Amino acid sequence: MAEFFNNVLFGIYPYVALSVLVFGSIIRYDRDPYTWKAGSSQLLRRRQLMWGSVMFHVGVLTIFFGHLVGLLAPLWVWEMVGLSHGAKQMVAIVMGGIAGVIAIIGASLLIHRRFFDARVRANSTFADNAIILILWLQIALGLATIRVSLQHPGGEVMVQFVNWAQGIFTFNPEAASQIADVDPIYKAHITLGLTIFILFPFTRLVHMLSAPIRYIWRPGYQIVRTKRQTLEPKRD
Amino acid sequence: MSHLLDRLNFLARKNVGTFANGHGLTTNENRDWEEAYRKRWQHDKIVRSTHGVNCTGSCSWKIYVKGGIVTWETQQTDYPRTRPDLPNHEPRGCARGASYSWYMYSANRVKYPLIRSRLVKLWREARVMRTPVAAWQSIVEDEKKRASYTKVRGHGGFVRAGWDEVNEIIAAANAYTAKTYGPDRVIGFSPIPAMSMVSYAAGSRYLSLMGGVCMSFYDWYCDLPPASPMTWGEQTDVPESADWYNAGFLMLWGSNVPQTRTPDAHFYTEARYKGAKSVVVSPDYSEAAKFADLWLHPKQGTDAALAMALGHVILREFHLDRQAEYFADYCRKYSDMPMLVRLVEQDGAYVPERLLRASEIAGTLGEKNNPDWKTLAIDEKTKKIIAPLGSVGYRWGDKGKWNLEEKDGRGDDVSLLLSLIGKKDHDKIAQVAFPYFGNREHDHFEGTDHESVLERSVPARKVTLKDGEALVATVFDLFCANYGLDRGIGSKNVAKEFTENVPYTPAWAEKITGVPADQIIAVAREFAKNAETTKGRSMVILGAGLNHWYHMDMNYRGIINMLVMCGCVGKSGGGWSHYVGQEKLRPQTGWQPLAFGLDWSRPPRHMNSTSFFYAHTDQWRYETLKVDEILSPTAPKGEWDATLIDYNIRAERMGWLPSAPQLQTNPLDIAKAAKKAGKEPKDYVVEGLKSGDLKMSCSDPDNPVNWPRNLFVWRSNLLGSSGKGHEYFLKHLLGTTHGVMGKDLGDEGRQRSKEAEWHDEAPEGKLDLLVTLDFRMSTTCVYSDIVLPTATWYEKNDLNTSDMHPFIHPLSSAADPAWESRSDWDIFKGLAKTFSEIAPEVLGVEQDIVLVPILHDTPGEIAQPFDVKDWKSGETDPVPGKTMPNIAVVERDYPNLYKKFTALGPLLDKLGNGGKGIGWDTKPEIAALGELSGLVTEEGVAKGRPKIETDIDASEVVLMLAPETNGEVAVKAWQALEKATGRKHAHLALPKEDEKIRFRDLVAQPRKIISSPIWSGIESEKVCYNAGYTNVHELIPWRTLTGRQQLYQDHLWMRAFGEAFCLYRPPIDTKSINPVIEEKSKGRKSVVLNFITPHQKWGIHSTYSDNLMMLTLNRGGPVVWLSETDAKKAGIVDNDWVEAYNSNGALVARAVVSQRMKDGTIFMYHAQEKIVNTPGSETTGHRGGIHNSVTRAITKPTHMIGGYAQQSYGFNYYGTVGSNRDEFVIVRKMDKVDWLERPYSPKMEAAQ
Repeated sequence: MAEFFNNVLFGIYPYVALSVLVFGSIIRYDRDPYTWKAGSSQLLRRRQLMWGSVMFHVGVLTIFFGHLVGLLAPLWVWEMVGLSHGAKQMVAIVMGGIAGVIAIIGASLLIHRRFFDARVRANSTFADNAIILILWLQIALGLATIRVSLQHPGGEVMVQFVNWAQGIFTFNPEAASQIADVDPIYKAHITLGLTIFILFPFTRLVHMLSAPIRYIWRPGYQIVRTKRQTLEPKRD
Repeated sequence: MSHLLDRLNFLARKNVGTFANGHGLTTNENRDWEEAYRKRWQHDKIVRSTHGVNCTGSCSWKIYVKGGIVTWETQQTDYPRTRPDLPNHEPRGCARGASYSWYMYSANRVKYPLIRSRLVKLWREARVMRTPVAAWQSIVEDEKKRASYTKVRGHGGFVRAGWDEVNEIIAAANAYTAKTYGPDRVIGFSPIPAMSMVSYAAGSRYLSLMGGVCMSFYDWYCDLPPASPMTWGEQTDVPESADWYNAGFLMLWGSNVPQTRTPDAHFYTEARYKGAKSVVVSPDYSEAAKFADLWLHPKQGTDAALAMALGHVILREFHLDRQAEYFADYCRKYSDMPMLVRLVEQDGAYVPERLLRASEIAGTLGEKNNPDWKTLAIDEKTKKIIAPLGSVGYRWGDKGKWNLEEKDGRGDDVSLLLSLIGKKDHDKIAQVAFPYFGNREHDHFEGTDHESVLERSVPARKVTLKDGEALVATVFDLFCANYGLDRGIGSKNVAKEFTENVPYTPAWAEKITGVPADQIIAVAREFAKNAETTKGRSMVILGAGLNHWYHMDMNYRGIINMLVMCGCVGKSGGGWSHYVGQEKLRPQTGWQPLAFGLDWSRPPRHMNSTSFFYAHTDQWRYETLKVDEILSPTAPKGEWDATLIDYNIRAERMGWLPSAPQLQTNPLDIAKAAKKAGKEPKDYVVEGLKSGDLKMSCSDPDNPVNWPRNLFVWRSNLLGSSGKGHEYFLKHLLGTTHGVMGKDLGDEGRQRSKEAEWHDEAPEGKLDLLVTLDFRMSTTCVYSDIVLPTATWYEKNDLNTSDMHPFIHPLSSAADPAWESRSDWDIFKGLAKTFSEIAPEVLGVEQDIVLVPILHDTPGEIAQPFDVKDWKSGETDPVPGKTMPNIAVVERDYPNLYKKFTALGPLLDKLGNGGKGIGWDTKPEIAALGELSGLVTEEGVAKGRPKIETDIDASEVVLMLAPETNGEVAVKAWQALEKATGRKHAHLALPKEDEKIRFRDLVAQPRKIISSPIWSGIESEKVCYNAGYTNVHELIPWRTLTGRQQLYQDHLWMRAFGEAFCLYRPPIDTKSINPVIEEKSKGRKSVVLNFITPHQKWGIHSTYSDNLMMLTLNRGGPVVWLSETDAKKAGIVDNDWVEAYNSNGALVARAVVSQRMKDGTIFMYHAQEKIVNTPGSETTGHRGGIHNSVTRAITKPTHMIGGYAQQSYGFNYYGTVGSNRDEFVIVRKMDKVDWLERPYSPKMEAAQ
């Protein structure tokens, strides 16, 4: 039975989550382009936003890219670089730990602001409120895994996660069994993470996909659109 | 196809070119997103409507509807065109109007009937075992129960209720009040019928059929200029804005045209392009000032001094040193200047007394009809005294003699002599005493040290009268002397040169006003020169800036004098252009029967609001202005010492002003008592009043039997906008928390009151029930017991007119009333139905005794020709309609009120219709209405009468009956006037005899109204609408004592208060800043400033100030404006929260510190709601305050005069006015801004 649930959560649920993430985002982008926004409340109140938002974003982005690279980079890359699993885990724990602390402080500030600032609160939707709480919980779970990870400094559990993640993306039906025996705290973290994927298209998180990076190398200052094709007026 | 695919398609080139050296980029990306903006402006239909908000703009709007929802509005552009060489009326509209649709679906919309939860709980509890009226009785007669909801007014606690339930409560309260105290304790306040005539009529019809009281508004708003009825016998009649274009010299005086008349301002611009010269007079650098060739900025409140000096120059250079022929001719024919005034000796000099009358001469010059009311003049050729045609004596009783032809009563041609200055014309140079008030001390206004009584020489003639010899002088000669002009007859206190410091030279005026004398001289010369050259095309646009001062009459009469001296009134492009609210109800005579139920019973009950609120909000108990401060030093001997309310009580008792409530005894019981005593009700009342068995309510306003009990407010924000003395309203009328900081007069009040009953304890909470109808949760709604949701201006059918343009156009329904709202017509119709069902519990067919004041434009207006005799003092008998109010017995059929409400009654067939002193038969119109709207088939009182079921039926009644919208009626009306004047007038309407304007016609396009004798201007292809036009061109007399423009006011009270002639009077001292109040500033930095409440740019007149769009354009909440110098004195910087207070109360606002402001003044734009962004006041501890929190109404005895030709009462026509500009406040920065965001009071349980 345990094996079944393990397979559902870590073998099937990831595909469900990724599908909702991808197709949900596409549908929203096409159907409701005007809802595609970060939903900033800076106009309502600046207070706490600068500290909260900047700390949160710096922390979360660091963690996000750490996870991305750490989980999806093939193992041979690390061997080529010459970084042992143990060392890599230590880098992840230190960097991730620092970033996690920064992110959770930021998230706490944002939560306080969102729930105790009358103007912001009045303008918050259920989704706005829920997502920041969920993100806080997810960071907290992530930080909680550090204690467990320190018990196996060799990085072998980390390798299990890398194999699982890469197994999912390579459609390996055995992927889930890779992490059948890890500490429940990791499982909780992963399950919640996948859930966040599902929530992604339905919340303000979609603004991640629209980060204005291209602005940095924009080609012109003034953009003019070409005229629509119209019929030439008849001259005779 | 897909935004994402487009975005990810990297194969097609998106960037197709660059420009501006590569800084610009041309792309060919998908442009489908633009559709969203196109759809934003798509709509299903456009409906014509307007904004019923007391806005003279009265612009027609296109209302766009999409999916049953009103989405936005834009200006209509289809007004009928003007003629060549005159700009068209459009574009008309402004940002305020364009933002209106925001209200319809905003959070501030009243969506359901609301009621205080405490009240509805009491009601439901009482209703279990009781019938409706008994249930109401059980609540209001239990002091504790009553207080439980009245004391929390304004502190929240509303819950939703159903229409059936609230209607039952209101109807039960009305029935209980009528039965217990009298129907005249049911009061209704709704202003400005012209802005939505049917909505007004809905409530007033309900009240009038019941015997309730309709309250006036124009006088209460202080928009009524009493100088207009005094001079012309007309409430207000003014040129349309298009006529500005015809002016050659345009003065703007205390009126800010671009800001407050935005849709009309283009005519001002166009007039400037055409070459008109313009002078703007305004203490602050207003938006209008930028239009000016010359901007004069006198000290605020000293405008009369400026006007007097301008008049001084004009008289000197155009009437005395050189007599301009056009001016002399005009003054002779159209003003009272040639009329003779008696001079009587008093304290060693002569004082001007009343105008000489035919009855005083032996043989009465052959005049048998009303010789007491025929004024006299001297014929230039024969030098004999004659009685020229046109005076009020010819108006009533004579036929065909009431006109301005140059003839006397015998039919001989005459030319009136203006002056007796010719050596042969006078027998004596009399020393005549004139009062001077400019020397009174005032902390904030400059005075001069001239004597209080100035004696000047006047040429006079001896005449032999019935009772001996008398001395008389012409108004013109006295008028010149009053202006301080030296005429070479050896006078003191007059000036030859403009540089002499003698009232009223330009040099003198410079001291008072601060305006340089040379500018005054230049303006006067150009004003008069233009008028002489163009035959009267000099115009003055003036408004509330002058009219809201206590002595507004002086400001106005000073300007009117200039216009009359220069022959401008009644001339196209000239005259007196007083613009305030939307007072011009063009189809007035068609509307009145509908509005006041005149088709079923007459007369209705009307009340002047200023006197009513002065008494019933107990502002009189705090009165600091004593009569000796305003009495003239030349007042005739008499008992003048009394309080202001005493004067009002005398005026009510003598039938000069109306009363409400009227008698201490329930008027429904009086007829019964009379029957029992076997007397005619009329005799019974007269005897009762004489013996003291019956008392008038006015003498004891604090007695519970005289309290107003039920108040309806609709189409109005009485408490948030017009309620002068706001905190007194809260304290005494409503009985809730308030900010009144002064104490009433206590023992002093008891001693000083001669007529009013003084109670040691002032009542708090006189009203049992306050019901407000509105579509938005206004300040008034917040303080009400029941709030009824009305349709917005885009959800109902109604009519709208203005004085700024000659069109009538509709409000029409673009969408059904949203949520549970209903149109005003449907609300009162529903109420009438419930009332008719409930009333039989206590009321049946009743006889109601109604007191009616002596009304203007009725034969009764000539009541006491000479002295003022008060029956109470025993000098004379109480004679209804002569020395006391008229008494009428009116049948009230309470169970049939609804049937009467919804049908046009039979009284119109019997008595006809009419107005302004003329009447006509209107049976054909009644028959036509029956055919148009159908006849009632149901059995009962209304069977066979034309139906008035819907708001459109009601509109048709107005349009059918009024001469302005039915050409056939217009012709009849002119023919009726022909009988009085003996001249031909019907030609003015004959070309339009077949024109009948229907409601649907108006929906198609605004229509120009038809010329009618109800107004003094005409609609024609040749001239713009201009007031006084028919007086000058058709020789129809003005409706005054002399029949001419009356510059000399000879009533005893006018003379006693020094206002027989116009003169300068400094603002009064309201004493609202006293040591007790100053103590509250506790040594903190503050500054004392004159509190001025002009009209703003971001609200009022086109929309209210809680409109989010408008709030966004300004500072988002209440603001006050002050000068940089004053701000510095009090340590205030821009955008600080400041508090302004005096003994009347306190208000809080943000400071706007501006160079535009004149030092010494503070502006708080009118009617900024207390409900938006308003913190608590540090001094009162209560939320904010509104602009009227620091004001208090102060009445003026000269406005109470009645029964004297033009000075007779008319609803919204004459009476006391609610002035408020003489007030000062202490302004200081707030230490702590407290938003009071906690339960309302520790002492009282929180409002539920």
